[in-house]
Amino acid sequence: MNNYLLIVIIVAYLAFLFFLAYWAEKQKGRKLVNNPYVYVLSLAIYCTAWTYYGSVGSASHSGISFLAIYLGPVIALPLWIVVMRKIIRISKQHKISSIADFVSLRYGNNRPLGALVTLTCLLGIIPYISLQLKAVSETFALVANETSYVDMGVFGDSTFYIALLIAIFVAFFGTQSTDASKGKRGIMATIALESILKLVFFLVIGIFVVYILFDGTTDLYQKAVSTPNFQELSSFGGLENGFNWMFTICLSFFAIFLLPRQFHVAVVENQDIDHLKKAIWLFPLYLLLFNIFVIFIAWAGNLSLPADVNNDYYTLLLPLQQGHTTLALMVFMGGFSAVISMIVVSTLALSTMVSNNIIIPYGFIKKLVEGNPHENAKSIKSIRRIAIFLLIIVAYFFYERFSNQLSLYSIGLVAFVIIAQLAPSFFLGLFWRRGTAKAAKAGITIGLLIVVYTLLVPIVVNALSTSSTFVEKGLFGYEWLRPSQLFGLDYLTPESNAFLWSLSFNSLTFIGFSLVAKGNYRERNYAEMFVHHENYENLQEGAFVWKGEAYVDDIKRLLNRFLGEQRTLRALTIFNRKYNISEAEEKADSRLINFSEKLLTGTIGSASAKILLASVSKEKPISLVEVLNILEENKETKANNKLLFEKSKELSQMALKLQMANEELLQQDKLKDEFLDTVAHELKTPITSIKAASEILEDEDMPVLLRQQFLENISKDTDRLAKLINNILDLEKLSSDRTELNIETRSINSTVKKAIQGVERIAMQRGAKVDFRESDYLQGMYDEDRILQVLTNLLSNALKFTEKEKGIIRIVIAEEENDIAIAVEDNGRGIPEEDHNYIFEKFYQSKNQNTKKPQGSGFGLAICKRIVERHQGSIWADREFQKGARLVFTLPKSA
Amino acid sequence: MKKKILIVDDEPNIVMSLEYAFKKKAYEVFIARDGTEALEIAGEQLPHVILLDIMMPKLDGYATLKELRKNKALHRTKVIFLSAKSKLADIEKGLQLGADSYITKPFSIKKVLTDVDKMIA
Repeated sequence: MNNYLLIVIIVAYLAFLFFLAYWAEKQKGRKLVNNPYVYVLSLAIYCTAWTYYGSVGSASHSGISFLAIYLGPVIALPLWIVVMRKIIRISKQHKISSIADFVSLRYGNNRPLGALVTLTCLLGIIPYISLQLKAVSETFALVANETSYVDMGVFGDSTFYIALLIAIFVAFFGTQSTDASKGKRGIMATIALESILKLVFFLVIGIFVVYILFDGTTDLYQKAVSTPNFQELSSFGGLENGFNWMFTICLSFFAIFLLPRQFHVAVVENQDIDHLKKAIWLFPLYLLLFNIFVIFIAWAGNLSLPADVNNDYYTLLLPLQQGHTTLALMVFMGGFSAVISMIVVSTLALSTMVSNNIIIPYGFIKKLVEGNPHENAKSIKSIRRIAIFLLIIVAYFFYERFSNQLSLYSIGLVAFVIIAQLAPSFFLGLFWRRGTAKAAKAGITIGLLIVVYTLLVPIVVNALSTSSTFVEKGLFGYEWLRPSQLFGLDYLTPESNAFLWSLSFNSLTFIGFSLVAKGNYRERNYAEMFVHHENYENLQEGAFVWKGEAYVDDIKRLLNRFLGEQRTLRALTIFNRKYNISEAEEKADSRLINFSEKLLTGTIGSASAKILLASVSKEKPISLVEVLNILEENKETKANNKLLFEKSKELSQMALKLQMANEELLQQDKLKDEFLDTVAHELKTPITSIKAASEILEDEDMPVLLRQQFLENISKDTDRLAKLINNILDLEKLSSDRTELNIETRSINSTVKKAIQGVERIAMQRGAKVDFRESDYLQGMYDEDRILQVLTNLLSNALKFTEKEKGIIRIVIAEEENDIAIAVEDNGRGIPEEDHNYIFEKFYQSKNQNTKKPQGSGFGLAICKRIVERHQGSIWADREFQKGARLVFTLPKSA
Repeated sequence: MKKKILIVDDEPNIVMSLEYAFKKKAYEVFIARDGTEALEIAGEQLPHVILLDIMMPKLDGYATLKELRKNKALHRTKVIFLSAKSKLADIEKGLQLGADSYITKPFSIKKVLTDVDKMIA
């Protein structure tokens, strides 16, 4: 393929990425970028050119051991739900923008430690970036078919220009905001796309190799079995190799947490902590897909390509050999995507670290304090941009000088070993309060020195000269000091060897130092805050970690410098409002200090923020006891709040009950009013009649017979009045439980008979038939007079509601377990459905207040109900009964 | 021509006294025991005055009055409520519905007689 055409394609692709980043940057708050899938895809920057090309290379000569690199993350991911959640929470709480910030803050915002972590990362990652550039350059050459390599110097090398373009891309989109802890949507969108592309293209080439070049996996396997070292390549290689496996898994386990780019995408760019839930199963799935075809492509390459080609590029060489240039181009673009995303995020993360942990705190802090806000924002951005360019240029030159001797796989592992040196201070710091800054620095330094001695020196020496007595025979000729077989361990790979010893010494040093001497108050406070972060999330701005004196004005001036007046004013207004602090307050309290420190941390890193605030405030030591006291107070407040909350809940419940009671009372009141109305009406009717009659009787001309009729009316109405009054009094007495009941054992049959006798006359008058089937000899416990009253009432009601000459009234007695049930049935008009619930209500009147009911029904049933209830029985109207009304009541059976 | 009066009440004793008093005054007296009966008789007889109870079975006094007012032939008929409901709200409601007068029970027969006389004089 024409190399100019290839360059055009690359430039077009980069232009497209620019456009995508620009577009995504504008999509503020949209789901498109802020969703768990973009998060998972951004984690996939774990798969770099090393994965894309190096895995195949490694698989072709070392078998399945390449898988160990992916097993570490797969093992680590389920832990994320606990560990990563904690890391993200802490980072968001403190506006942390890089792993260097994280580690240095944990150890009391220690400036040298931040710098040391940054240097460690640089040492590990720059060669790693170089390797990515090397991959681009070599694959470019393969695809462009540059058979003869002509050295045209730096400016004739297309890789240099590609590196520059990447630097511009990162510089532009990575520094949009001065606050480095803010998410970079544009870049994350391109990373997500690149992660899709590299996976898809890798799967395409895998399918091509397995199903088109060969006849499926079985065919490929049968052919591969015949190759000379196949057995060795498809086994774990015994116990010794088992250790190598184990160490590699450990390495990659640490790497998924500690690599600056992984920390950046997993923690700094995390938009929503719940995205972790998807990540813990989707990301392993991604890794699995990526590794499906690796071993097959390696076999295929071993079978069909000549032995002298670079194994790493089987994926490109296989399609090229078959003349499939387009397919090769796809593979190239996939690898290119992997490279760009790795370089972009790595330089982004490293440049933040370099500027916030080295350049600003060690060089520019004074200048920034004096500068104005606009210039400061500009200088901070410039510093970061310069750092980005510097990093890529250094990586490029490293690639130029050293990379020819190394494979992708080994440099990747070296980077992992170096980064793993952060593991003890990082992980132990998260869970162990005792860890100190001194211990962290000592551990990392010792670890690094051992890595340099056991891994880097031999690499450099091997690269520079053909043989070295020091590497082969050991330092000063002591065999046990041979770098790659330290202390006589000779069965490990150089990387595993370096990893084992460096990390062991690193951890022991860290633990030893931490146990020997306690850290200062600041370290202890931050340790407490990191280890038990959940206790402090609700504390106001982590208020307790600072004690001292400062003036609001000074702090304001400081913030102005870095945030600008508008943002400062806005932030302070929010702060004052949140904590209800007066604008006129002169002295700053610890909350303001911590609030400001956090604001500045996003912009210039925690180390510099601490220096700046120290310059405007007089800090006094604060002991852990004080810290714990404040925590205790906080807990108490919380407990008090909880108590208050519960109390207020109780109160509102009580209020609700009261309201209900009140409503009931009102309802009762209303019913009582209605009752009184009814009573009044009932009383007024006979009175009216009596009054009218007595007025008429004044007429002397009235015939005698008529006069007698009127006199009789008066007498009847007077009786009615008396009866009414008795009823009302009776009901009231029964309701207030004042009447004593004369309860005796009685025969229910005889009581019913007595009641029937009482209404016999009226029944005869109305021509009604009363039917009573005597049941077995049943005895009940009751006041006979009262029950007679009930029966009489029910019977007269029944008589009243049946038609004349047609009425049939039936009394039925049934024996139940503890009770006797007495039912009075009639064939009258029945009880209207709407009245069923109310007929026994004391004050109830039919819905239509103005329609009068048949006389007497207003109180009769209410009295019956009271009497029955006083006998522990119940009374109801049978809804099922269709032929008329059926009223039933129960009485207790005699024992 | 004899004046016609319709007495509507479900209490026979009260009706009896009123009937006697108005007959004595030479009225032609008609009696109804509930609202529906009242509407029937009023439609046939077109009385000059109707004495109307409120609490009655079937159709109450208010509803009866509403129905009466729909009949144009009765638009000159005076209606007097005669009721034990003595709350101000009840009286207002009755008058608002278009009753010409409202007399609470217990009433004085003499007063009812003079009121009716005055009303149709």
